[in-house]
Amino acid sequence: MSIRLTILSQIENVAAEQKKKIAPLREDLILTESGLDSLCFAILVARLEDELGADPFTASEEVYFPKTLGEFIGLYEQTPN
Amino acid sequence: MNRPQTDAPCLLDFVMHRSGLRLDAYGATLRGGEIGASTIFPGRRSELAGRSVLIGADSQFASARALIELDGLAARLVICPPDFSPRRLASVIAQAGIDAIVSDRAGKDFGADRPIYPCEDPSPVDDENRLPRFATQWVLPTSGTTGAPKLVAHRLERLLGAIKSAPEQRPIWATFYDIRRYGGLQIFLRACVTGARLILCDREESLGDYIARCAEAGVSHISGTPSHWRRLLMSPHAGLINPKYVRLSGEIADRAILDALRAVYPAALIAHAYASTEAGVGFEVTDGREGFPAALLAANGEVELRLCDGSLHVRSKRTATSYIGRDDLKLLDDEGFVDTDDIVEQRGDRCFFKGRRAGVINIGGLKVHPEEVEQVINEHRDVRMSRVSARRNPIMGDLIVAEVAARDAEAPRESGALEAEIFELCRARLPRHMVPVTIRFVPAIDILASGKLARRHA
Repeated sequence: MSIRLTILSQIENVAAEQKKKIAPLREDLILTESGLDSLCFAILVARLEDELGADPFTASEEVYFPKTLGEFIGLYEQTPN
Repeated sequence: MNRPQTDAPCLLDFVMHRSGLRLDAYGATLRGGEIGASTIFPGRRSELAGRSVLIGADSQFASARALIELDGLAARLVICPPDFSPRRLASVIAQAGIDAIVSDRAGKDFGADRPIYPCEDPSPVDDENRLPRFATQWVLPTSGTTGAPKLVAHRLERLLGAIKSAPEQRPIWATFYDIRRYGGLQIFLRACVTGARLILCDREESLGDYIARCAEAGVSHISGTPSHWRRLLMSPHAGLINPKYVRLSGEIADRAILDALRAVYPAALIAHAYASTEAGVGFEVTDGREGFPAALLAANGEVELRLCDGSLHVRSKRTATSYIGRDDLKLLDDEGFVDTDDIVEQRGDRCFFKGRRAGVINIGGLKVHPEEVEQVINEHRDVRMSRVSARRNPIMGDLIVAEVAARDAEAPRESGALEAEIFELCRARLPRHMVPVTIRFVPAIDILASGKLARRHA
């Protein structure tokens, strides 16, 4: 499965587990308006590390905080695993 | 319960003395000057005098109003965070000998039957001079190893110990940290004592709406955990505010978050404070770097710091005094130091936080003892043993993971089904942040000769 599809399906999983209603997963979706809170994102990042073998948030010295879903996915697509 | 009466100033005296306090919630405003002559417990104030009272309101606003009115009137105020389950509330109520509950929502389940005092619309006070004044004990729950919350006892003067006199220009405060947790309570008390304005977040309010209100009010000082700040930086709203003072506390402030905040708020003083419910406010670091100057370890000021076996010990007039309802637990050692369980490493002239001593896990500023989670998992009839530990996480600092040894390790049931049942059990019984994010099934879990679980060190 592609990185993008893995991320989208994990977002759906985390939202279902945490009983959060999420907005349609469009490229320009603002993350803080997605329906997921910090704990959901923390869990998502942990799950993606298990599945993709990468954690772009701690991979580099320069930390960049993505604001949209597109930026979030891009961060993973640019991170070598 | 009763406690010695006192002449010491209570919170309302500070509010009236400085005036200027203004609390803004979503659609509601409270001005300090209006509080003195009014009550939200009309006709029932005398029933609360000298009692042990649980602040069980859902909203920060109602909690703030009740705290100002009840300090000096109640003998004990127990401040519960909003995410406590009825079971945990019942434990707090029993341990603290609660005899009255303040609530802003009819029908809320507190897990125990006690008289409820609803927060009503303010009306004039008529008993001002008749009620005795108590030296109210302030109590904050924290995570405990037994599965029940531990209750940490403070005094108002200790909680106020780190608050300096009001600056020339009064700040306009905002806090991401709920005022019913130590870090947020500090900001609320700061606003009360210095006569400042404080913008409080509403339960149902989105981050964007809260920040928009903060921007409209011209917030100059704002406080949160590193996790709160990461959330703001992952939103498009960070640029709406232009604070002069940005404060981080409750978790390790790493270089990444300090640098990111400096980039977004180049004009702000970015300070990370070391504070905890038990140790009080230790110190504040304002040089923009992670960790703290080693010189603080040798200083003999208001706060004394020591490293013992790598763990930071703190002695000051700002620490808590004792645990309530637990004679077996000592908060202060014989010399009056609190062991914070925070592991510190000195490198040259700088000290760095290396995490928590094995055991306590810090999830976005909320501390969790693994035993509390293990106890719930172990209640499942097909679980023999479990071990809960921390997993580092760039968003929340730590997350909780669990290893489980099934009762029938040789012929386990479909582990997917058992996993789902354990998750369900945890979700029903624990606050969200305490539910493990992953469960790993293992054949066995090591036990030390002492009979304790082998835990990895921080």
